[in-house]
Amino acid sequence: MSIDIETARKVAKLARIRVEEERLPALAGEFGAILGFIEQLQEVDVEGVEPMTSVTPMRLKRRPDGVTDGGYPDKILSNAPDAREGFFTVPKVVE
Amino acid sequence: MAPQSNGPSTDLADLTIAEARDALRSGETSPTALAEACLARAGEAGALNAFVHLTPEIAMEQAHAAEARLAAGEAPAMCGIPVGVKDLFCTQGVPSQAASKILDGFRPEYESTVTAQLWRAGAVMLGKLNMDEFAMGSSNETSHYGPAISPWRRQGDGTPLTPGGSSGGSAAAVAARLCPAATGTDTGGSIRQPAAFTGITGLKPTYGRCSRWGIVAFASSLDQAGPMARTVRDCAIMLGAMAGHDPKDSTSADIPVPDFEAALTGDIRGKTIGIPREYRMDGMPDEIERLWQAGADMLRDAGAEIVDISLPHTKYALPCYYVIAPAEASSNLARYDGVRYGHRAKLEQGDGIVDMYEKTRAQGFGDEVQRRVIVGTYVLSAGFYDAHYNRARKVRTLIKGDFERAFEAGVDAILTPATPSAAFGLGEVGEDDPVAMFLNDVFTVTVNLAGLPGISVPAGLDARGLPLGLQLIGRPWGEEALLDCADVLERAAGFVARPERWW
Repeated sequence: MSIDIETARKVAKLARIRVEEERLPALAGEFGAILGFIEQLQEVDVEGVEPMTSVTPMRLKRRPDGVTDGGYPDKILSNAPDAREGFFTVPKVVE
Repeated sequence: MAPQSNGPSTDLADLTIAEARDALRSGETSPTALAEACLARAGEAGALNAFVHLTPEIAMEQAHAAEARLAAGEAPAMCGIPVGVKDLFCTQGVPSQAASKILDGFRPEYESTVTAQLWRAGAVMLGKLNMDEFAMGSSNETSHYGPAISPWRRQGDGTPLTPGGSSGGSAAAVAARLCPAATGTDTGGSIRQPAAFTGITGLKPTYGRCSRWGIVAFASSLDQAGPMARTVRDCAIMLGAMAGHDPKDSTSADIPVPDFEAALTGDIRGKTIGIPREYRMDGMPDEIERLWQAGADMLRDAGAEIVDISLPHTKYALPCYYVIAPAEASSNLARYDGVRYGHRAKLEQGDGIVDMYEKTRAQGFGDEVQRRVIVGTYVLSAGFYDAHYNRARKVRTLIKGDFERAFEAGVDAILTPATPSAAFGLGEVGEDDPVAMFLNDVFTVTVNLAGLPGISVPAGLDARGLPLGLQLIGRPWGEEALLDCADVLERAAGFVARPERWW
């Protein structure tokens, strides 16, 4: 299956990965090879088959909707590349 | 095993878990001596690039604590046993970066449930082990740390070989006797393939047997942690400490953890072993074919009945996996955005938050991870979700159904080759074709898709002296019977080869 450069650019954008213009053709090629590989699934008869949601049938446990954890902002921020005054810091989001 | 004559500290690192446990309980050795012996071996094995962070201070502290428990006579089986930990497991205060640049410098403030349970059982942490980046790979070549190298070499040939992947560092360390056991994780074969490549034993438990909490997520519906060790018995012992329900992982099963070691009866008379015809691949090397036949003969000689079975959707397992795993990965890896932990790209004047995300992820993720995130994003995107992702989930139902029918027909375990070849040289596979590497997992990936337990047992050597493994697949939650059968196979195969030390 071949993927055009425009599709490769669009999907990279959706994935939030910067791909430089000169690398797009190579990416489109590799991407197309993988899609070609998964294309085989189209030959399977899946009529009436339920898509799998849980590999081991189990009922998820329920618990009261209460706070069970937290209260340690220092630990939460300890690995942040940039944190100030108890907050994560990011570039300006709104002009 | 009696200590041999070439110096006590080196011999200790050769002990299996069961031997070390018995020696610790009888007072013949101590946790500190064991840990020191392993750390010394690991320190000399830099050429293998298996350990990427050693933790001698933690090891000594835990060894002292284990000594006290042994002295008090309250020592569980893993008490004082040194283990290595795959870098995918978050370990408190110790670098845990899934072999990715994007988690450079990350030191978790918490401990994964599986490792916490190991430490609670008295195990001693030696350090963190190399792996493919985010567990995406079958050769350890996608690691940000550089590849781990197998201790094995082809006869008369110094080509560096892969220990397999993604748990390549774990496999290399156990095979080279740097530690008796290590944790691994397996999403498509990442415990069993490296175990087979390095002549050790690796068990992927039933999905839900071990908690995934605190293990860096790759594909959540497929990921499962398990033990990698030198014997089936050691895997049984270590699994007992790793397994169990965890309220923090809603997919971990709330069922009792049996005494897996006690399940090793050595008696498989009357058991039915299935041989799936679809696993006989075109172009499969004769030696793999012969090994498989020999394995079936061994189990028959032990009193099992060998039957041919059919798993008709096997052919579609790899393409199915390469939709589902990247889809889940693209979602799980969305969290690496340069905000909360790890690497953040240096920004130019005027760069906004989207530039920060895109540059951070371009710099932080290696090529294979980028490819998979992009494929996953594509198969989940509007217009392709039904055609690719939903179709793959339906095919997954069919693949699981194949196994269910075999088990309903009375099959107790299924015997297959573990890998389609012996270990290959670094750089020999997949340079130009990203799909070629996928084929390594052709015999293992079905097991993840169906959520079953599978174990790889070393069973022979190829013509060039490299290990080959056989895989046994069990019923869901049937680890006891599976281990029993694997133990019989292991003893019949009598694999004793070990790599000659060159490092």
